[in-house]
Amino acid sequence: MTLDLQGSVPRVSTGSAVGATLLSAVILAAIFASWLAPGDPLDMVARPLLTPLQDARFPLGTDQLGRDVLAGLLHGARVSMAVGAAAAAAAIGVGILVGTLAGFLGRFTDDFLMRITEAFQTVPTFLLALALVSVLGASAANVVIAIGISSWPATARLVRAEVLRLKRAEFVDAARLAGRVPLAIAFYEVLPGALQPVVALIGITVGEAILVESALAFLGLSDPNLNSWGGMIANGRALLRNAPYLVAIPGIAIATAVLAVTLVGDGLASRFGLINRR
Amino acid sequence: MLQALPVLALVAVGVFILLEMAEGDAVDAYLAGIGSGDAGFAADLRERYGLEGNIGTRFLTYAIRLAQLDLGHSVAFSRDVGAVILERLPNTLLMMVSAILLSASMGILLGGIAALRRGGPTDAAITVGALILNATPGFWLGLLAIILFAVKLRWLPIGGISTLDADLSLFGELLDVAWHLVLPVFTLALTYLALYVRLMRGAMIETDASGWVLAARARGLPASRIALRHIARPALLPVVTMIGLQSGALLGGSIVIETVFSIPGLGALAFEAVLQRDLQLLAGILLTGTVLVVAVNVVIDLLYRLLDPRVRLDAGLDS
Repeated sequence: MTLDLQGSVPRVSTGSAVGATLLSAVILAAIFASWLAPGDPLDMVARPLLTPLQDARFPLGTDQLGRDVLAGLLHGARVSMAVGAAAAAAAIGVGILVGTLAGFLGRFTDDFLMRITEAFQTVPTFLLALALVSVLGASAANVVIAIGISSWPATARLVRAEVLRLKRAEFVDAARLAGRVPLAIAFYEVLPGALQPVVALIGITVGEAILVESALAFLGLSDPNLNSWGGMIANGRALLRNAPYLVAIPGIAIATAVLAVTLVGDGLASRFGLINRR
Repeated sequence: MLQALPVLALVAVGVFILLEMAEGDAVDAYLAGIGSGDAGFAADLRERYGLEGNIGTRFLTYAIRLAQLDLGHSVAFSRDVGAVILERLPNTLLMMVSAILLSASMGILLGGIAALRRGGPTDAAITVGALILNATPGFWLGLLAIILFAVKLRWLPIGGISTLDADLSLFGELLDVAWHLVLPVFTLALTYLALYVRLMRGAMIETDASGWVLAARARGLPASRIALRHIARPALLPVVTMIGLQSGALLGGSIVIETVFSIPGLGALAFEAVLQRDLQLLAGILLTGTVLVVAVNVVIDLLYRLLDPRVRLDAGLDS
């Protein structure tokens, strides 16, 4: 949610390498889920509550309905990554739009858009996402919309600051003298230059989106027909005492995915010279 | 403080739009709840609650009621939304304030240590630990804490805010509540710890390079005094700002944490409102949550003035 330009991982190269490895693993799992674990992961395939390593065919065990935990994990990667990426894209898209308009048009538009940005920043993010999902209905698309709507302000503020800096540049005057309309200047001339710092936000935004999706799914407010990691944890919660692995395993998957995108995001940011400038 | 008013007004308008977007209104939900009702009764109710007419008159009724601090009627609880929220507010406030204090102070301490030992194994351990905590979902951390501390070790209660039917003195009751809040508050604080660690570490490293630190070293001041007064104190400013910015996220996070630990607070109430499709209640919680975040930021502004003598009382802070 928040931009952190000061602190970073001490050894960025190690961090990015670890992040890239983890992220590739998660993405490969998402792509090949149907091939590695054919069939619907929500189907019963074995005796319920096999513990991990008890049966070689189900290395991570089964849940109380006899569903393969490993299959759920692989298919869950698909949901988490797709929802996370789509929601982050929506959030960053809205943020870029609002930030560019506010920064370039200035005056009344800027004031108005920045008050709206502040309003969205003041409302507790997860509460807003929860309210939106409950009004719109629990489907994957609505979860994406809800996360997108509740997490764009950080991008908007960053892009606005960059646009404000760039709009006094000579090439803007040149474009104006060449007779281009203001909005064309804003989006074709100024915006491309203002996009670079946004790279630093991608990792954080995707990671945050994955976490919000998992929390919504944990509360039973994500798409009920999709097998998501948060939903698996909610399901395992009923057997917290007897089968803690049902809760532990999907949680590790969520943490791994979020850690991976954060590390890769940090790596990208430092490659673009956005952090560790000193 | 005054600049918060347009923000609050905008949030109120946003909440109205949200209510309008929902299928069916409060009367539909109420009639569904009591299981019957003819069209005439529904029209009566709509008139009483200002839900008839076009969107303009509905907004006017909504705005007037809000100005009188009337948050409407909760279908799920058959009571005033305001009363239900007020009942749950203390628990959430207690949890939120303790979690903010705990995570900020732990973050300041760990981030400070990491900065002073920059590049060493302590720094690496703190930084990596913060990164991992940052990626961990709070509700999962809470469930793990329940397994370990409440189920296996039996040190702490599994959930709730106090022991039921316990005959305790006032002091005993306070202790009991504190005992119940240990796990949820730590869980909430740990989820938001990473940010403070990174921020404090970065700010300390930056301050370390400043001229006044060099001057202090040249004057031969003891290292511990330089670290505390010349590096740590100015480095606190961005951390304090972050507390305000993060309070919304923390309040949002408490929804899931309160649900995990069955704490009867505002967050758990929001979840109940969603389950019961009680939109008036949900709208009231959204507004209350926003006011809470604004209140935290007002306190932060005051704190900022204590820490930074350059900020004067009348100068607004653009956070």
